[in-house]
Amino acid sequence: MHAIALDSKYGVPTVAIHTNAFDKAVQSVIRMHGMPEARYTFVPQPVMGKTAEQLRAYVEGKSPISGRPVMQEVIEGLTRPAEGDRIKEIKFERSTPRMVDSDTDENLHHLFLENNWTDKLPIVLPTEKKVREMLARTSRKPDEVAGHMRSNQFRQYWEFTVEKVAVNAVMAGARPEYFPLILALASSGVSARGSTTSSMAAMVVVNGPIRNEIGMNSGTGAMAPYNHANATIGRAYGLLSQNLQGGSLPGDSYMGSQGNGYAYGTVTFAENEERSPWQSFHVQHGFKPADSTVSIFTGCRSTAFTLGVREKFWREHVRNMLRGMDAHSAPTFLLDPIAARQYIDRGGFDSKEKMIEWVYENALMPAGEYWDYQLIQNYIYPRATFGEEPYASKLKAAPDEMIKMFKPDEIHVVVVGGETNGYWRIMGCNYQKTVSVDEWR
Amino acid sequence: MADGINGTDKISVLNPVGFPPKITPKPMAPRLESLDGKTLYLVDPRFDDSGLFLRQVQDWFADYMPSVTTKLVEMSSVYTKDDPKTWEMIKANGDGAIIGVGH
Repeated sequence: MHAIALDSKYGVPTVAIHTNAFDKAVQSVIRMHGMPEARYTFVPQPVMGKTAEQLRAYVEGKSPISGRPVMQEVIEGLTRPAEGDRIKEIKFERSTPRMVDSDTDENLHHLFLENNWTDKLPIVLPTEKKVREMLARTSRKPDEVAGHMRSNQFRQYWEFTVEKVAVNAVMAGARPEYFPLILALASSGVSARGSTTSSMAAMVVVNGPIRNEIGMNSGTGAMAPYNHANATIGRAYGLLSQNLQGGSLPGDSYMGSQGNGYAYGTVTFAENEERSPWQSFHVQHGFKPADSTVSIFTGCRSTAFTLGVREKFWREHVRNMLRGMDAHSAPTFLLDPIAARQYIDRGGFDSKEKMIEWVYENALMPAGEYWDYQLIQNYIYPRATFGEEPYASKLKAAPDEMIKMFKPDEIHVVVVGGETNGYWRIMGCNYQKTVSVDEWR
Repeated sequence: MADGINGTDKISVLNPVGFPPKITPKPMAPRLESLDGKTLYLVDPRFDDSGLFLRQVQDWFADYMPSVTTKLVEMSSVYTKDDPKTWEMIKANGDGAIIGVGH
C-alpha cells in the first residue's frame, strides 16, 4: 500500500518485499488500488525472529512464489518499464446485481456456500418476502446508503444499502424486530471480519430498552449460544461484515493465522443494567439511560478469568491476570453482578471510573519486558521513538522500572451474567464506538 | 417464482454482496534505466524485525552493486499510518525505494 503511494503519487520507482504468506493478499490489494503492475517480490515467512545470517540467505535466495532470485526481481522492479497489459484485467465499472439467478433451494444453498457468502453454517435464503419483512422494521428506505466497510486500512471501502444489510440479516436467521440493531452495527463501519494476522474477533454490547424489547440475554449464559437475539444478531454482524466489505477469504482478504472461535457468532450480549451496581456502559459514553445503543469492541483474542474477588490477595490476583494479558490489547472487565459488588466491597469502587483508575495504576510491567513484546515493537515502539505520549515517556524508563501497560481511556468495565456464581473475566480488546439503535428504527 | 415451497421449485433470492468502489487506475513512476550511481532508500515499516532484514539488503548492495548508494530509513510511526514527510524526503533525495518487509 505504501509502495503504491510512493510509486504513483510521489513518482518514486518502488519495489515492495513481502513474505510469501501474503501472495494472494498482495495481488488483491494492488488490483483494487488500480495498480496491477506494482512491483514486488517475496521472501519466506517468517522474517520475525530470524538471525542476520538467515535473513541474508533470504536476500540471496529465490522468491518462494516465482522461483526467481529475490534481488533480481527487486532490480527489475526498479528498472523494467511498465507494460500496461495487466491494466486490462481490471473492471473499472462494476455493480453487484440485486438478485441471484433463480434456482432450487438446494442449488442456491450450494451457491452461497461456494461463493463464500456464508460462515460455512447453513443460512436462511434471502427471498424477497423475507427481506421485505426485515425492511418493514425500519423507517429507512431500502436503497438508502447505510454505510461503508473494509477489512483493514489497506483495503478500499465498499458501500452498502439498507436492503443489503437486510439480506444478510435474513441469512443469519435474525427476526425482523432485531433489524434496527443490526443496521446500527452495519452503519458503524467497523468490521467484525477484520483482516489481521492476529485473528481478531469483535464483541458487541447492547444497552438500553432495545435489550428487553427484543428479548436479549444479559444474565445466565449471555455470552453463550442460548438466546436467539444474541446469537443471530452476532451472526448477522459477521455475515454482513464479510459480504458488504467485499469478502473475508483466508489468504486473500482474511489473514488471521490461527483464526478465532469468537468470530463464529461474534461475542454479542446485553449489559445486565438491572443487576449492575454501576452506571451502564452507554451512559458512560454520553447516551441517556432510555437510549438504545450498541457498542463495538474489536481485537478480541486474549482472555483471562477467575472466580470472585478474594479479601486477602485480590490485588495480586488481578495484577497477575493483567500481566498475563497481551500487553497491546487493553483490558475490558466483564463482570458477573456478584463480582461487580465484590469489587465495591474489596476496593471501594463505587463507580466504574474508580475501578478503571485502579486498574490503570496497577497494570504494571518492567519496562524492559514491555518494550520487548513483538506487538509493542510493531505498534507502540515506533510511536514512542517519534515523541508520541505517553509512550515517549515510558521509553525513558530503565529496564527494571515498572511502567503502566495501558492508558485509562482504553480500560473498560461491563456487567454481564446471571449470578449463578461470581465468575468474571478480562477480555483483551479495543473499544471502537457506541452507535444509536434508535436512529435506525 | 415460488418462495421455496419444495425442493424442485426455482426460487428468487437477493445477492448479499456490497458494492465495490470504482477503481481508478494509478500511473507507475517511470523506471530507472540503470541503478548505477543511483540512491535507493530502503524503507523500514518497523514491523516484525523488518529493519534487520533491510540491513541484509543493504549489505547485498554493498557487496554486489557498490555503485548504488543505499540509505536505510524508518517510517515515522507505525506501518499502518501514511508517512508523507518520509515520502517527500525520498522524492527529494532518492532515485528509487525498496519497502520491506510488507505485511
